[in-house]
Amino acid sequence: MIPGKFEYHAPETLADAVALLGQYGEDGKVLAGGHSLLPMMKLRFAEPAHLIDLNRIKDLRGVRDGGNKVLIGAMTVENDLIAADLLWAKCPLVPEAAKQIADPQVRNRGTIGGDVCHGDPGNDHPAIMIAVDATFVVVGPEGERKLPANGFYLGTYWTQLEESEVLTEIQIPAFNDNTGWAYHKLKRKTGDWATAASAVVLELDGDVCSRVNIALTNVGPTALKAEEAEAVLAGQVVDENLIEQAAQKAMAICDPAEDLRGDVEYKTHMAGEMTRRAIRQAVQRARG
Amino acid sequence: MAATADTLERENKLEGIGCKRKRKEDGRFIQGKGSYVDDVKLPGMLFADFVRSPHAHARIKSIRKERALALPGVHAVLTADDLKPLNLHWMPTLAGDTQAVLADEKVAFQMQEVAMVVADDRYIAADATELVEVEYEELPAIVDPHKAMDADAPVIREDIAGKAEAGQGKREHPNHIFSWEVGDKDGTDRAFEAAEVTVAQEMVNQRVHPCPLETCGCVASFDKARGELTVYITSQAPHVVRTVVSMLSGVPESKVRIISPDIGGGFGNKVGVYPGYVVAIVASIVLGRPVKWIEDRTENLSTTAFARDYHMVGELAADKDGRIKAMRVNVLADHGAFNAHAQPTKWPAGFFSVCTGSYDIPYAHARVNGVYTNKAPGGVAYRCSFRVTEAVYVIERMIDVLAQKLGMDPAEIRLRNFVKKEQFPYQSALDWEYDSGDYETALRKVMEAVDYPALRKEQAEKRSRGELMGIGLCTFTEIVGAGPSKACDILGVGMFDSAEIRVHPTGSVIARMGTITQGQGHQTTYAQIIASELGIPSEEIQIEEGDTSTAPYGLGTYGSRSTPVGGAATAVAARKIRDKARKIAAHLLEVSENDLDWEVDRFKVKGVPGQEKTMKEVAWAAYNNVPEGMEMGLEAVDYYDPPNFTYPFGAYLCVVDIDKHTGETKVRRFYALDDCGTRINPMIIEGQIHGGLNEAFAVAMGQQLVFDEAGNILGNTLMDYFLPTFVETPHWELDHTVTPSPHHPIGAKGVAESPHVGGIPCFSNAVNDAFAHLGVTHVDMPHSAYNVWKTVHRLGLDKPSAA
Repeated sequence: MIPGKFEYHAPETLADAVALLGQYGEDGKVLAGGHSLLPMMKLRFAEPAHLIDLNRIKDLRGVRDGGNKVLIGAMTVENDLIAADLLWAKCPLVPEAAKQIADPQVRNRGTIGGDVCHGDPGNDHPAIMIAVDATFVVVGPEGERKLPANGFYLGTYWTQLEESEVLTEIQIPAFNDNTGWAYHKLKRKTGDWATAASAVVLELDGDVCSRVNIALTNVGPTALKAEEAEAVLAGQVVDENLIEQAAQKAMAICDPAEDLRGDVEYKTHMAGEMTRRAIRQAVQRARG
Repeated sequence: MAATADTLERENKLEGIGCKRKRKEDGRFIQGKGSYVDDVKLPGMLFADFVRSPHAHARIKSIRKERALALPGVHAVLTADDLKPLNLHWMPTLAGDTQAVLADEKVAFQMQEVAMVVADDRYIAADATELVEVEYEELPAIVDPHKAMDADAPVIREDIAGKAEAGQGKREHPNHIFSWEVGDKDGTDRAFEAAEVTVAQEMVNQRVHPCPLETCGCVASFDKARGELTVYITSQAPHVVRTVVSMLSGVPESKVRIISPDIGGGFGNKVGVYPGYVVAIVASIVLGRPVKWIEDRTENLSTTAFARDYHMVGELAADKDGRIKAMRVNVLADHGAFNAHAQPTKWPAGFFSVCTGSYDIPYAHARVNGVYTNKAPGGVAYRCSFRVTEAVYVIERMIDVLAQKLGMDPAEIRLRNFVKKEQFPYQSALDWEYDSGDYETALRKVMEAVDYPALRKEQAEKRSRGELMGIGLCTFTEIVGAGPSKACDILGVGMFDSAEIRVHPTGSVIARMGTITQGQGHQTTYAQIIASELGIPSEEIQIEEGDTSTAPYGLGTYGSRSTPVGGAATAVAARKIRDKARKIAAHLLEVSENDLDWEVDRFKVKGVPGQEKTMKEVAWAAYNNVPEGMEMGLEAVDYYDPPNFTYPFGAYLCVVDIDKHTGETKVRRFYALDDCGTRINPMIIEGQIHGGLNEAFAVAMGQQLVFDEAGNILGNTLMDYFLPTFVETPHWELDHTVTPSPHHPIGAKGVAESPHVGGIPCFSNAVNDAFAHLGVTHVDMPHSAYNVWKTVHRLGLDKPSAA
């Protein structure tokens, strides 16, 4: 449980961080909260030669009001998401989901940016970000790029983020009055990753579901957008039969890895059950 | 003598037996000022780390250590070949087997110790372990104990392949360790043949790990000039460790000093002697510098002392009214690659034969077969007396299985079969003499407290609506306080325990015991026993344990033996002091001893008010004015060899609701009534019961060491290995009755392990009961959401509402 040798860098500005990343290339690795990276280093599954710690870059922290958007600094820790009134007002799914991540100690260190960029299908924020139509602002030697969360995840530990780039900000469209949301996560105990989880954001126009996003956690190589499940609900009056059809469509895209949390069948069924529960709650909330 | 306000006040000031005194230990612990073995820092100390096997079974073709030795800061790389000249490459186990200290020619479980690196700091040591190059030739591994004795099974222990015995009787196969049986086989067979009803059920007590928060470790320091070896170690049995270390190293026992500092939990994990200790000691002797070795979490879960792994078939024979006529149990015990369980020598299956439980069963027969597999060695008592959790599990599950077959209520069948209050001392069919008990009163009290009939009514209603609700009962009997030396020894040393009490001139007391606290609160409770016996306030009594240079020899703390054995020694030693004090008081008051009455804290002359001497006055006199011919001082030692074990018992009830869509089980209610005889400190008892129930919950609902087919250990981190936090832990409701032990000096029986022993079957019975109306007789632990869902899904109960 002792990491291999590495050099530690603690830049104070984003420009310095990007420069260091450029300098060390694939030998460099960005450190955010460290709750995924450091355990991997202690097990020597990851042995970066240079660790570039972003914790001193103050500009990367905090939640700001961007009018019809909420802007979240990549280094904002989970507990600060939970404490952000702005998020509860404009995008409550994010803090509600953050409360289901790990435990208070981890949430004091773990950041939304680290969770988003690590590319671990067990992390919760990727599915949340897909469900809320988030956009990721990344900065590299070539300047700034904006990448939608949907499409950002290419495989396990593999995203559209280049090795030389740093995620700086997450932009989330504010919810409307008719938006309903929910994140249902089944886990074995506090601190565990999801056996399966489902994030749902939808809007009701009267009784009709006018928009819907459904994304799943930890039942595939990446967070999964359940598009066929969404199609079941879109433009319809959501009832138990449609919820069941949507759950079946969500289960159909699951491709989980068997581990001690359960086999493929169990995890797939749990993804379905979490989806049922999330849709039901989201509809209830959308109705106000 | 009627208690007056004055005597009551004086008694309360003592904070003696029965007082909810706050734990003396907590002051330092809650300030983070405990001192654990990893806090020990000695000048010039080096750090050791192991190179471990990646394979479960393999031949070692070569070990190259040049690259590791070339790393600056590395002092030594030790292998079996280096230990061979000292004859320390193998060591005896407490079970009469031998265990490789460092793998000798082959490895027999994944993460087995292959080489030890010693370096300037733990970081260099960790780097160096990666530079030791070991070439292996993989061999097929045995993971399933049922396959261990197959004709074509690979031989795990080539070192003893031809031997007819491995320390515990005749072997029938190279992978067989022992067969042990007890009871009247013919009588049992006849009872089964004649029975109106019989039931049989396979069940597994899964392989688990005690998982103390502080892992195992030591600092070994050999002083070459003095020829003295000091070892700081997280040990539940420091004196036994000293004996073993002396025998292994050749250093005289008087020159070996073992110090167990504060210990962060033991739960059976810290009874044995592990390779890490032996190699650290050798390294210190060879290098002449202190050497520290501390396990990390994964090493702890993977290598040092697992528990259980009992694969059982239980059988009961009964009449149509549910009266049990006979019990039969067959066990296949997976002991791993070396037989290193920690039981008293003559008991290869511990006290498993207490498996007739709280019931008056005329005939019984039990057989246990131990086998080797390619897994870590162990088989320790995890917060229980030796193999008692397994024994209680099989009878408490079987009696439910029988009730189900007969269509009887699980409470009713227990009431019909209990050993009756008037039958004590009770001789069980498997030859135990239960000291005292009142099982029926305990169960009836619980049933009344929870309104049992109302719970069953609610359950019936829920079942009719398709909901899953379970009610589990457990009416267990523990057997603790090992043990009478005629029955129990470890390495030939009888399982007595000891107390040495000295009263100083000012009346303050220092007392030392052969036991060692690991969270039990000995510093608090032993002082209370002495306070009540000597009339000296607990606050003025200092308890010390764990340093073999100062404490009297004792066998240590495990199997709930501290109060039954060490506590008895404490009371007896205190009484020896009081006897001497009486003589001194008589001398001071110029009366005969027989003219004195003892009252709380003083001797009073009968019928002469005001003529009295307090214990404090006597203490002062003991150092300047004693009767002619009496030696000065006021101290006593007692080595207590208990006449019998003690038999704590309890009645538990658990109510669960199961989510049939996820398999999650919610423990709605858990009511635990314990009877541990005389209650020394009710607050500490409650704390111990909370802890034991938490660990029972952990085992029943989630803990398991899992292996794949190749013998790779899975889930050996706290991500997978279930340690419940306060979020998962149910609310506990506690109750008690008091049935003192007739043979213990103060009537106390021991308590800390009862809730673990009784809790596990109670949870399991509750989960099984939730499915009982659907024809399910038994599902194995752990009752994780995943496992419960498999039952739900198999029964087709998880259909979504709209489907």
